[in-house]
Amino acid sequence: MLNRSPLWKTLLVVIIVAFGALYALPNLYGEDPAVQLSGLRGVEADAATLDNVKSQLSEQNIDFANITLEDGQLLVRFSDPDNQLKARDLLDNTMGEQFSVALNLTPATPDWLAAVGGVPMKLGLDLSGGVSFTMEVNMNEAVVKAQEGMLSDFRSDLRGEKIRYRSVKKVDDAIEIVFRNAEDLDQAESFLKKRYRDYLFTDNTDTLTLTSKMSELKLKEIREYALQQNITIIRNRVNELGVAEPLVQRQGQKNIVIELPGVQDTAKAKEILNATATIEFRMVDNENDLATALNGRVPASSQLLYERDGTPVLLKKRIMLTGDHIVDAGSSFDEYSRPQVNITLDSPGGSKFSNATKNAIGQPMATVFIEYKPTDRKDSEGNTIFDKHEEVISVATIQARLGKSFRITGAGSQAEAHSLALLLRAGALIAPIQIVEERTVGPSLGAENVKAGFQAIMGGFALVFIFMLIYYRAFGVVANLALMANLILIVGVMSMIPGATLTLPGMAGIVLTVGMAVDANVLIFERIREELREGKSVQQAIHQGYDAAYSTILDANITTLIAAIILFSIGVGPIKGFAVTLSIGIVTSMFTAVVGTRSIVNAIWGGKRLDKLPI
Amino acid sequence: MQILNLKETVNFMAYRKYALAFSIILMLASVGSLFVNKLNFGLDFTGGTLIEVAFESPAELTQIRQVLESDGYGDAVVQFYGSSREVIIRLAQREGVKAEMLSNEVLSLLKEGTGQELEMRRIEFVGASVGDELTEQGGLAMLTALICILVYVAFRFEWRFALGSVFALFHDVLLTLGLFSFLQLEFDLTVMAAILAVIGYSLNDTIVVSDRIRENFRKIRVGGPSEIIDISLTETLSRTVITSITTLLVLAALFYQGGALIHGFATALLFGVFIGTYSSIYVASAVALGLGISKEDLIPEVIEKEGADQQEMMP
Repeated sequence: MLNRSPLWKTLLVVIIVAFGALYALPNLYGEDPAVQLSGLRGVEADAATLDNVKSQLSEQNIDFANITLEDGQLLVRFSDPDNQLKARDLLDNTMGEQFSVALNLTPATPDWLAAVGGVPMKLGLDLSGGVSFTMEVNMNEAVVKAQEGMLSDFRSDLRGEKIRYRSVKKVDDAIEIVFRNAEDLDQAESFLKKRYRDYLFTDNTDTLTLTSKMSELKLKEIREYALQQNITIIRNRVNELGVAEPLVQRQGQKNIVIELPGVQDTAKAKEILNATATIEFRMVDNENDLATALNGRVPASSQLLYERDGTPVLLKKRIMLTGDHIVDAGSSFDEYSRPQVNITLDSPGGSKFSNATKNAIGQPMATVFIEYKPTDRKDSEGNTIFDKHEEVISVATIQARLGKSFRITGAGSQAEAHSLALLLRAGALIAPIQIVEERTVGPSLGAENVKAGFQAIMGGFALVFIFMLIYYRAFGVVANLALMANLILIVGVMSMIPGATLTLPGMAGIVLTVGMAVDANVLIFERIREELREGKSVQQAIHQGYDAAYSTILDANITTLIAAIILFSIGVGPIKGFAVTLSIGIVTSMFTAVVGTRSIVNAIWGGKRLDKLPI
Repeated sequence: MQILNLKETVNFMAYRKYALAFSIILMLASVGSLFVNKLNFGLDFTGGTLIEVAFESPAELTQIRQVLESDGYGDAVVQFYGSSREVIIRLAQREGVKAEMLSNEVLSLLKEGTGQELEMRRIEFVGASVGDELTEQGGLAMLTALICILVYVAFRFEWRFALGSVFALFHDVLLTLGLFSFLQLEFDLTVMAAILAVIGYSLNDTIVVSDRIRENFRKIRVGGPSEIIDISLTETLSRTVITSITTLLVLAALFYQGGALIHGFATALLFGVFIGTYSSIYVASAVALGLGISKEDLIPEVIEKEGADQQEMMP
């Protein structure tokens, strides 16, 4: 019979909407104040940390709702913000050295919902408040530095091979080597070609010049490395900021996006992001007594520094090597599966180091990490005073004369080796970075934006609701049901997609979707009215109305979807949010307006002998 | 209920010459305004710094200007934003100061200079290079959108419809840009998003109309192209009007309740939807007609389509 939906179709609609409702549900629960502890530099929170925090909190009579341990992070929930603040101060005092202690708001999703993966929508910074930076990596600098490195490598290689040359210099983006005779040129070319496969060499026998350029692949590699290095360094620094759920992400070929929810003091954040760090290798002073030094009598040629855990180390002041000679550092395992850190130096660094270590075999060498951290103090000109923080990050015994590449073993766990490698690389930033964009939204504006967006959605919804009811009567109710289902599905889908973020323009997208989603129903209903006017039977009119309108709806929506997808592909930050809600809205509205209303219409009016329709 | 109960076919195409003249005049005016007034590009495109602060009591703009001027920020643009307690300050890029630190310096200056407690509500800083890139990307996005849509519509309909609808889109975008240029409204990223949404909406409308024209070309055997277009436009008119009404209703809600940040967005869409409705009636169809769309262009598919229809009737 005409206009009867098979049971499975109706069930499918019900199940999909119910599913959407289930995942939209977490948004109705509020948020609990919480304190989040995440380990710094390779430290991870574990069961012992959990017990420690528990006992500290109960000692101070600070009530908490629960503590959970997840991915090496500890999350303590509270029922009121007072306790949250007290706990933050307490934990920051006692554990701040090893953990970044941050205030956080965690969704108060009930356990049964969380168990099926229900999470509320993620709010963008324009709604939650916070700061977002875009930092640009200076790629030219990275390439220039790499070229300078090659310049000195070429020189020392040629010298090492005893090939005589007149000059080696940088010309634009190439390196030119001028020789005295054609023989030397040939010899050098075949030698260098073999050694540097990622370089392109061209010779000119008239001027006795060998020109070398980096291959595209090599250039790409350098840029990629510069970007990755900066990302790891920034991650490290952001962790120190004590922000809950920070985001550090690459954007395109040379940009890094940093989002710090809840951060207000943007000046401090900027200074920390812009902070500089260096590495120094220095010998441990074994000739003088550590105990006397600890009593205040530090020899003039030495300096007393500390490791992260507070162990004092007496170091010689003379610097063997600085971190700007480090080309690469990575962690791996040695032949006994112990974690190790592999370090590669540039050529001058290699020979310097080789000289410095040849008479020091068997003696301990320390790696010192120096960071300039901004303080609250300012000098007379209003510039922030930076404190020099020196910290010994590793002490290792020199096993052999070290050269261009060497390794540090016994650095502890894999995580520690990894973080040591990161720090070593941090000491030698290949390419400087610069903030090119900042968007900060204060918490009050964020809250206002949420309110305004919510009101606009509700207001728009109510207006359309009333209009449809008056204009299409009973069918208007059906369209309104579809509209509600649509809203639920949008929220449900937004909550389900991990990367989707709700922004203010995103809310505008939802408003727009509400207005445009009824279009499909208007198309169908107008068609049904037309068919009725032409004298078709009620059942024929319903059937024809849906059928004829279908391809129109599809075409119209696909083209809008094209616009939305293009918007997404160029979109930055908040605009992306608009494109996302608009795209989701288009897809869900097609489902609710066509399939959804059809099920309802069929269930109520389908297959019955009717003379009129309440349309 | 019915708003439009049209028994007679409206002679839309009879007025198409006037509509065309109207559109051309508006388009020329828009181009003129874009040349003379240019677009008032927002921070997203020009680069610079914007600071929004809220004072405890109504702020005095002259005092704020003085404070800024005495410290060498004489070029700062200071305006109320939303209420007399909220003020935005715009600053161009300058030499000597690290661009990204500018906002923080101005904030602390204001705190000292006015002696009032103030709350930072919003800081936006965009480097010059970012703005340039964005302008390029934005223009590219609009072009890509238009080309993709041209291809889709040409594939689904006919090239005359495709050209007609893309011309209509171009018309809508140009007039919206013209409005923003004429009124010197700020053109920022959200407005650009709104214009792309206008493209989507206007296209939606155009396609509904084109779809009906195609259907009627196949169905109705008498009458020339102009009559058939008139019939189709009349048939779809009430849908066109109702959808415009619902969309304008939600946009009105957005305009009045969405807050100051979303004003430009809502304005662009309100105007764009209005113009989009007009253009789908007049511009798209008139262009297709002008390009000589005729029954023969759409007839060959008829037999196949009718057969398909009949089978579906039976299940």
